[in-house]
Amino acid sequence: MSPPCHKKAGSAAPTQRFPTCAIGKKPYWRSPPGAATHAALMHRFANPARFLKIARPLTQWLFWPGLALILIGAGCGLLVTPADYLQGQTVRILYIHVPAAWLGMGGWTGIALAALVQLVWRHPLAAIAGRAIAAPGALFTAICLATGSIWGRPTWGTWWEWDGRMTSMLVLLFLYLGYIALAQASARDGQGGVSHVTAIFGLVGAVNIPIINRSVVWWNSLHQGPSITMRGSTIETTLLWPLGLTLLGFSLWFGAIVLMRMRAILAQNKVEARMQRLARG
Amino acid sequence: MKAKHQRLVLALVALASIIGAGLLAASALKDEAAYFYAPADVKAKGVEPGRAIRLGGMVVKGSLKRAADGVTIRFNVTDGKARVPATFSGIAPDLFKEGSGVVAEGAFDDKGTFVATNLLAKHDERYMPRELEGMQYNETTHEMKVTP
Repeated sequence: MSPPCHKKAGSAAPTQRFPTCAIGKKPYWRSPPGAATHAALMHRFANPARFLKIARPLTQWLFWPGLALILIGAGCGLLVTPADYLQGQTVRILYIHVPAAWLGMGGWTGIALAALVQLVWRHPLAAIAGRAIAAPGALFTAICLATGSIWGRPTWGTWWEWDGRMTSMLVLLFLYLGYIALAQASARDGQGGVSHVTAIFGLVGAVNIPIINRSVVWWNSLHQGPSITMRGSTIETTLLWPLGLTLLGFSLWFGAIVLMRMRAILAQNKVEARMQRLARG
Repeated sequence: MKAKHQRLVLALVALASIIGAGLLAASALKDEAAYFYAPADVKAKGVEPGRAIRLGGMVVKGSLKRAADGVTIRFNVTDGKARVPATFSGIAPDLFKEGSGVVAEGAFDDKGTFVATNLLAKHDERYMPRELEGMQYNETTHEMKVTP
């Protein structure tokens, strides 16, 4: 399997701001003549400069409103909402647990989509996005498992049981760790993205996402069934509304983290390209 | 067909076949991956006495009895189709009560009573404040009604 594009060693013009990576003779972000509009639109953002122009202000717009929503949602979830009729105060862990589960699964969905774009359209930013998503996705999956365990002790009477939902979520954490290990192993290609093998792993791992989602429906499980479905919510409105705030807040924050990490990887690429130019004299 | 389209078709076919394989495996696991037996499963399959299993269902209202020794409880577990008598000696979790879900670990004795060595309370998907307890919940319409 060949790398997505080859660096033109030694031929980079001194004014070039980013490492050159060419498909044929053209820079990789130039779409080929006559390409479909969606492809043209996608390749517009393959130019790191154009991507950064949007990513820089967008990071701020995701980070601060996200943080505000998290603080308001978590604060109201702790202080304003009533206790549950059965679980009492432990119900409040919901406002962290559910967004963490959502982002753990959403993160892998993002990795799979990035992998598809990387493998099919050879989009260099998609490879960088995959790497950027992995660590926060793994973190939120771990938060989901930890908060679930803390909630399970007083509610079910156990820290951990090998039921379908918990086991499949633990598998997701291991998938993230495997992905991160593969991404680290392929970090030396100099483009900052993940290798083809890593992308394929990201695509295959997506099988686990519907399994996590359906685990409480297919199999008898200790974990309760879905509360929020197409037919409505079995969480009473007075308990539900802070969950909407924290879900949106953590999602915005996740976006901000991913953009920050993508920018950091692009900056790293730039540093490495400059170091190489200096080394060549 | 351009190489790009070939890759797209290949990736989508691969993805579809992997998800298909995953779903087939998951449906084949249906019984093996179940966390517990429901009383109807026990009746249908006939679990032999002494085999360690988990039994899950609802604690039948009015069936919970405390034995004279103070630590042994007897109750019936139902899934709406069958019911099974069970006993447990020890400290039950706080959420264990009549009319709510339970998962019991243990084995059947010769008389068909489930002797539990550990009890787990199963929480359902309903969350509501204390003030609403005792209201009637309609599972199909998701509506709450006040019961007199």
